[in-house]
Amino acid sequence: MARIIDRRFDSKNKSAVNRQRFMRRFKGQIRRAVADAIDGRSIKDLDNGESVSIPSRDLSEPHFQHGSGGIWEQVFSGNDQFSTGDEIQRPMGGGGSGGQGKGASNEGESEDDFVFQLSREEFLDVFFEDLALPNLVKTQLAQIPEYKSQRAGYANDGVPTNLNLVRSMRGALGRRLALGAPYHGRIRELQAEIDELLKTRGPEDEEVKRLQHDIGVLRAKIEAIPFLDTFDLRYNNRVKIPQPSTRAVMFCLMDVSGSMDEEKKATAKRFFMLLYLFLTRTYEHIDVVFIRHHTVAKEVDEEDFFHSRESGGTVVSSALDLMRDVIQERYATGLWNIYGAQASDGDNWENDSPRCRELLAQSILPYMQYFAYIEITPGEPQNLWREYEKLQGTTANFAMQRIESYADIYPVFRELFKKTLV
Amino acid sequence: MVAKKRARKPLPSPSEWTFELIEEYHREIARVAADYGLDTYPNQIELITAEQMMDAYSSVGMPVNYHHWSFGKQFISTEKGYRRGQMGLAYEIVINSNPCIAYLMEENTMPMQALVIAHASYGHNSFFKGNYLFRTWTNADAIIDYLIFARNYLSHCEERYGEEEVELLLDSCHALMSVGVDRYKRPPKLSLEKEQMRQKEREEYLQSQVNALWRTLPQIEAKASAQAERRFPAEPEENLLYFFEKHAPLLEPWQREVVRIVRKVAQYFFPQRQTQVMNEGWATYWHYTLLNTLYDEGLLADNFMIEFLHSHTNVVMQPAYNTPWYRGINPYALGFAMWTDIRRICEHPTEEDKRWFPEIAGSNWRETFDFAMRNFKDESFIAQYLSPKLMRDLRLFAIMDDDRESRLKVSAIHDDRGYARVREILSEQYNLGSREPYIQVWDVDLRGDRSLTLRHQAYKRRPMGDASDEMLRHVARLWGFNVRLETVDDAGDLLSTRECRVERPQKLPQVA
Repeated sequence: MARIIDRRFDSKNKSAVNRQRFMRRFKGQIRRAVADAIDGRSIKDLDNGESVSIPSRDLSEPHFQHGSGGIWEQVFSGNDQFSTGDEIQRPMGGGGSGGQGKGASNEGESEDDFVFQLSREEFLDVFFEDLALPNLVKTQLAQIPEYKSQRAGYANDGVPTNLNLVRSMRGALGRRLALGAPYHGRIRELQAEIDELLKTRGPEDEEVKRLQHDIGVLRAKIEAIPFLDTFDLRYNNRVKIPQPSTRAVMFCLMDVSGSMDEEKKATAKRFFMLLYLFLTRTYEHIDVVFIRHHTVAKEVDEEDFFHSRESGGTVVSSALDLMRDVIQERYATGLWNIYGAQASDGDNWENDSPRCRELLAQSILPYMQYFAYIEITPGEPQNLWREYEKLQGTTANFAMQRIESYADIYPVFRELFKKTLV
Repeated sequence: MVAKKRARKPLPSPSEWTFELIEEYHREIARVAADYGLDTYPNQIELITAEQMMDAYSSVGMPVNYHHWSFGKQFISTEKGYRRGQMGLAYEIVINSNPCIAYLMEENTMPMQALVIAHASYGHNSFFKGNYLFRTWTNADAIIDYLIFARNYLSHCEERYGEEEVELLLDSCHALMSVGVDRYKRPPKLSLEKEQMRQKEREEYLQSQVNALWRTLPQIEAKASAQAERRFPAEPEENLLYFFEKHAPLLEPWQREVVRIVRKVAQYFFPQRQTQVMNEGWATYWHYTLLNTLYDEGLLADNFMIEFLHSHTNVVMQPAYNTPWYRGINPYALGFAMWTDIRRICEHPTEEDKRWFPEIAGSNWRETFDFAMRNFKDESFIAQYLSPKLMRDLRLFAIMDDDRESRLKVSAIHDDRGYARVREILSEQYNLGSREPYIQVWDVDLRGDRSLTLRHQAYKRRPMGDASDEMLRHVARLWGFNVRLETVDDAGDLLSTRECRVERPQKLPQVA
C-alpha cells in the first residue's frame, strides 16, 4: 500500500544555498553587471533587481566528449525518399554531423549568454558591497519603512496601561443588567404576591415571611453578580503602520567643467544614489533637484545632469546661488527637510572659493538638515577643499570627504546615519 | 486477461484532484498492476508545488543532495524557463529508492495524477526493482541515507577547509563523472551507519597505502626495478575517479572521500543512462495498459480517457527527420513502440516474426516481458528485439558520415537488405562506450616526474572534443602532477598527445 504525503507546505527554497553559491562564483560578472546598471539607471531607481548576463562558456561544465570528425553512422526516423546507397550533400556548417548533438546532455548548450535576474536584495547587496557599508547600515537601508503605532479600536486583552475604563465599565454594566434581569423579574413577581397577600393577611403571616425570605435570597444572588469581570475588560488596541515621516528635497550639485571626466561622474553618481537611499528610508516623498555648473549654474533633469558634457572654467558659487534661490522659491516652508550633496573635483576659480564658504555658512546651511561635499580627486586638496575645511566643526550638519574610490563615499554619511538611527 | 466486466460506475473525474481521489485511483491502479504481476517496491507518493519541483530538478532529482553552484545554475535556468513559459516542468520525478518516491506536481489535473501514478509508481518502479543493471549497480535501500551522509560530510568539509576549496574539488570531480564509473566490477552494498563507521577507517588506511606507493626505495632495488619496467597501474584503469581516490598522491584524506562521494553518485545514475529507451518505454507502456484496462472495466470516464490519451500521444510522438522539431529518436516513442511490438509478436506473430523471433513468437507475453525487462539494457534490448515491422513503421534509415568523404551516404534503410544493419547501428548508438570517448589510466611515471598518462582509444577515428584541454586541467588538479592524454588508433599507434603541466606540485593548478 502506498503512502501519500503532502509535501507542498514543506520547506521551499531548498535551492537558495545553491543559488548563493552560484552568485558567489560569478561575483565578478555580477558586479560588473551591477556597475553597468548603476551607470544606466536613474538615481531614484534602486528598488528593482537587474538582469545579469554571463557568457555561457564561462559557465560550462566540461566533460570528455568527442569532437567532430571521424566516422559517425546514425539512425533517423521518417524516411520519405532515400534508398540504400543514396548520397546526400553534407548540410552546411555541420561538418561531422555532430554525433554528440542530441542526448549528450540536457543542459541545452546554447550560444547565447546565460541571463538571470537579480532580486532587489541581491542587487542592493552588491551595490553596498562596493561602497563598503557597515552591516548595520546595510540592513537599515535595505529595510522598508519605520512603523508608527496607531489606534485601531479595542481588544479583549492587552497590558494594564492600555485598559480603557469607559468601555470596560460599560460592558460590565450591560453584563450585570443582563445577568440580573431574570432575578429582578422574579423579585417583582414575588413582591406583587406579597402585596396581594398583605391585602388579606397581616405582615406576620407565614406565607408573607416565606416570600420575603425568597426575595432576600434573590437579592443576594443579584449582589453576587461580579461588579467587574475579566470578561468586561477592554483595552485600547494599537496597530503598527508603516510611517515614512514627511517630505524632503535633495539637491544634487555637480561640477561639469572639463576636468570632471566620466569616471568622476560615476563616482559622484554613487554618492548621490546613496544619499537618495538614505532619504527614502526616512521620507515618504522626495524631490530631487539637479544643479550642474561650470561658470554658470543651471537646473537640469537627471539625464542632462549625468550625461551632457560641458567645458570651461569653474565658478562653484554660481551653483550655490542657484540653490539658495530655489530653496527660497519652492522649499521655504518648514514642511521640507532639505539635504544637499555637492560633488566636484575641487578645482575652483581662486577668488570664488571664499564666497562659496560664505554663501554656505550664511544662506544655505542654516536651512539644511545636512550638506555633504565630496571632492573627487587623486591629488592634493584643491582650493575649495581648503575653504570648506574652515566650515567643518562649526556646524554639525556639514560633512566633507575626499574620494579616490567608491569605498570612501560612505564616511560622508556616517554622521547623517547616526542621526536617523536614533 | 479478465473477461470484460459489466460496466461499473466510473470513478469521479473532475479536473481538480483531491487526496481522497488520488487514493481511490491509486487503489484501482495498484489492483490492476498486481493482476498483471508487476513487482514493485512499496510506493511513496508526494505532492509538491512547482517551486519544489524546480528544487528537485536542480539537485538531479534527488530529495537531498550536497550544495554546489552548478545546481544553482540549473535551478536558475529552470526557473527562468518556467517563469517565462518557455518550458513546462515534468509531470513527475521518480526516485529509484526503497520505498520508491514519486513526486506529483500540484498543478496536474486528476487524470494527469493518475497517469503519473501508473507511469512512475508502477512502471518505473517495477523496472527499478527488476532490471539487472539497477539490481547490480544501485542500492535502492541506501541511496537516500547515503546522500544525507554525503551532504553532511561535505558541509563539514566546507566548515573545515573552506567553501571554495571544496567547490574547486567538486568541479573537477563533476567533470570526471562520466569516466568515474565501474563498468564491470560490482559495487558493495552499504548502509549509512556502516558508511560512517568505515569512512574514518578508510581515511587512515588509504593514506597509509598512498604513502607506501611513493616511499623512496633503496638505491639498488630501484635500479633492479627500473630494468623490470614495473608498470603502474598494472592493468589500465577505466574508472578515473576510483583511481584518484585510491592513488592520487597529493590528495588529503577528506579530498579522497569527496572524490568517492561523487564517484558513488555517478555510479548510481549510470544505469539510468544505459536504460533510457527501455525504462521510459516500459513505464509508458504500463501507464497506457493499466489505464486502458481500468477503462475496459468501466472505471474511467470518457473525459478522463480523452485527456489521458492527449498527454500520452504527446509523449510518444516521433517527428520525422526533416521536421524542424526533430531532436533525434524519442526514447519514449521508441521504447513504447518496442514493448507494444513485443506483445504483438507474442500474441499475433506473422510469418516474418516467426522467422526473426522464433523463441518469442507465440510465447506468453507476460513472461517474455519480464525476461526482457530484467536482462537487457538499451543497447542489447534493441539488438535483440527491434523487429522489421517496427523499423518499417518508424521508417528508420541510417546515414553514414565519414569526414574523408565529401558526401553523406545512406547506408541502410528499412528493407530486407537493411534490417539487420539498421538495428545494429541503432543499438550501437545507445552504447555508452562508443558514444563517449573511451579513456583509461594507462601509466604513471613512478620513478620519474610522477606524471600520469591517460590513453584515449579512438573509436572510428573520432577525435577528442574542444573541452579536452580544460578537462586535463581538472585531471591535473586531482592528480597533482603533469598529465598527458594520448590518443591511439585501433592498431595502438599514437595519433596525438595533449599535456597539462603542473608548474609547482605543491599548488593545485587553477582551472578557468
